[in-house]
Amino acid sequence: MLFRAGSGHLGGSLSATDILVALFFGEMRARAADPCWIDRDRFILSKGHGAPAYYAILARLGYFPREELFTLRRFGSILQGHPDSGCTPGVEIPTGSLGQGLSIANGLALATRLGGHAGRVYILLGDGEVQEGQIWEAAMTAAHYGLDNLVAIMDRNRLQIDGHTAEVMSIEPIADKWRAFGWHTQEVDGHDIPQILTALQACREVKGRPGMIIAHTVKGKGVSIFEGQKKYHGVAPNPEEYQRALEELGK
Amino acid sequence: MSAKESTRVEYGKTLAQLGAENPQIVVLDADLSGSTQTHHFAKVFKDRFFNVGIAEQDLMGTAAGLALGGKIPFASTFAMFATGRAWEQIRQTIAYGNLNVKIVASHGGVTVGEDGGSHQALEDLALMRILPNMVVLVPADGPQTRAMTRWAAGYHGPVYMRTGRMAVPVLYDDSYAFELGRGTILQEGRDVALMGIGIMVQACLEAAAALAREGIEARVVNLACLKPLDWELVVDSARQTGAVVTAEEHMVAGGLGSAVSEVLGEHCPTPLTRIGLRDTFGMSGKPEDLLKHYGLTADDIKQAALKVIARKANHLAAPVIDLKAPGLAGR
Repeated sequence: MLFRAGSGHLGGSLSATDILVALFFGEMRARAADPCWIDRDRFILSKGHGAPAYYAILARLGYFPREELFTLRRFGSILQGHPDSGCTPGVEIPTGSLGQGLSIANGLALATRLGGHAGRVYILLGDGEVQEGQIWEAAMTAAHYGLDNLVAIMDRNRLQIDGHTAEVMSIEPIADKWRAFGWHTQEVDGHDIPQILTALQACREVKGRPGMIIAHTVKGKGVSIFEGQKKYHGVAPNPEEYQRALEELGK
Repeated sequence: MSAKESTRVEYGKTLAQLGAENPQIVVLDADLSGSTQTHHFAKVFKDRFFNVGIAEQDLMGTAAGLALGGKIPFASTFAMFATGRAWEQIRQTIAYGNLNVKIVASHGGVTVGEDGGSHQALEDLALMRILPNMVVLVPADGPQTRAMTRWAAGYHGPVYMRTGRMAVPVLYDDSYAFELGRGTILQEGRDVALMGIGIMVQACLEAAAALAREGIEARVVNLACLKPLDWELVVDSARQTGAVVTAEEHMVAGGLGSAVSEVLGEHCPTPLTRIGLRDTFGMSGKPEDLLKHYGLTADDIKQAALKVIARKANHLAAPVIDLKAPGLAGR
């Protein structure tokens, strides 16, 4: 997808893939044929640059034809560089500017609770993303309003554009921070789907507190030359890298 | 002397009435409900009022989420913080996503008074006008505020409405009905067009009365719907009179003066003077003193009208710049 597009966010899409698979195939209730179903679970990709992974899943679920994936980022495509609800079936809200999704998730959670709807709200955050102050405003709001119909997952891949998060702007002790803000907090291996599903189930049992699952991941997971490399945050693979990736992922 | 009402108070009261009529309406505030007047709603509809505390970016994002979830959110705080601090949140989600959020912000303009420059929003209309999908409203009086608040609740899409602190004269009666994209002519005249918004509409009327005493007939126009602008009325006013003055409690750059300049520049070049703040911040003081200092009085509008009328004879002549106007020192 990114190879054809010539650009895109490789590392952060690969680190998030297992998390998204767990969410969309194991946890969330939604209907591709009825994207406006009032009782659906809703998902916000707050780390909007992970769009390629998100689009791949939406295509697999049938929200749009698989061929559309190869138009990613092209002029006129229904698949914009960052998620755009105006263009893509299944996308709830435009995202792309980091730090803004959690507030929106809170609003959605409040609305579904007020309306008495069954749907839960799920959001995927980046770890660099929590450097944005608005995340912590929203963290306070979620706890203050006891939004137990909300689950946030953090893709803890430890890298951002300028380097390791520990070097650029350390976010540790991040689990302690979420706990201190009043969230029920768990840590999992972000590439172990059963572990993720168990954690999601645990969130359902918590009353009166929003849920945070810190998923430890590897940026660029699945392709040895991409793994753990900051270089592949926002670039597409070149032809050799593309071939190598296809070989490794095919295994 | 006509009755006076405060636009922020009329907003607050109307919101509470709407809350009783429509259970989908929810209200958010950022620790300023006593000032923005959302407290009227909050008192009665406790489970539909959400205070996010001093967190305006969160305010706009949460409002967006509530709109996504099918509610009709009214989000209020001071204009400076709503449009300044949370500009990107409004842009990226509410405007970009064309969401049904009504941002009603108080404390626009210098008449905020003693709190001073940090709290006097002089840029909010520019910041909102520049956003695609955003409707921008500046009611001039109580009845107009009530009508616009009601209209906003029924309109599906983003709305920004600016309310003020001070009590202002009532200009319309309750038969006033708001029409999107339409301005109103408050009085007719053929010599000059005075176009105002907010509290400056009253100042335009007073200026028109003063001009009339000198035999000059002014058309007074209220362009309370700043976006989408009633460009046909603007062009017609320019054609009928040949000279235009715009007046706003805002920077001349980016608000009403700019909107009118853009339309006339493209469709009907006309001698024009913009009354407003010229590239300067506000400051502490009593509202009346600040209005005088920044050249926002009826007399300033009258003087500007006389000057722009004088330019009618050769409207391609060199621009007239008053170097004594505040904000132009050193330029």
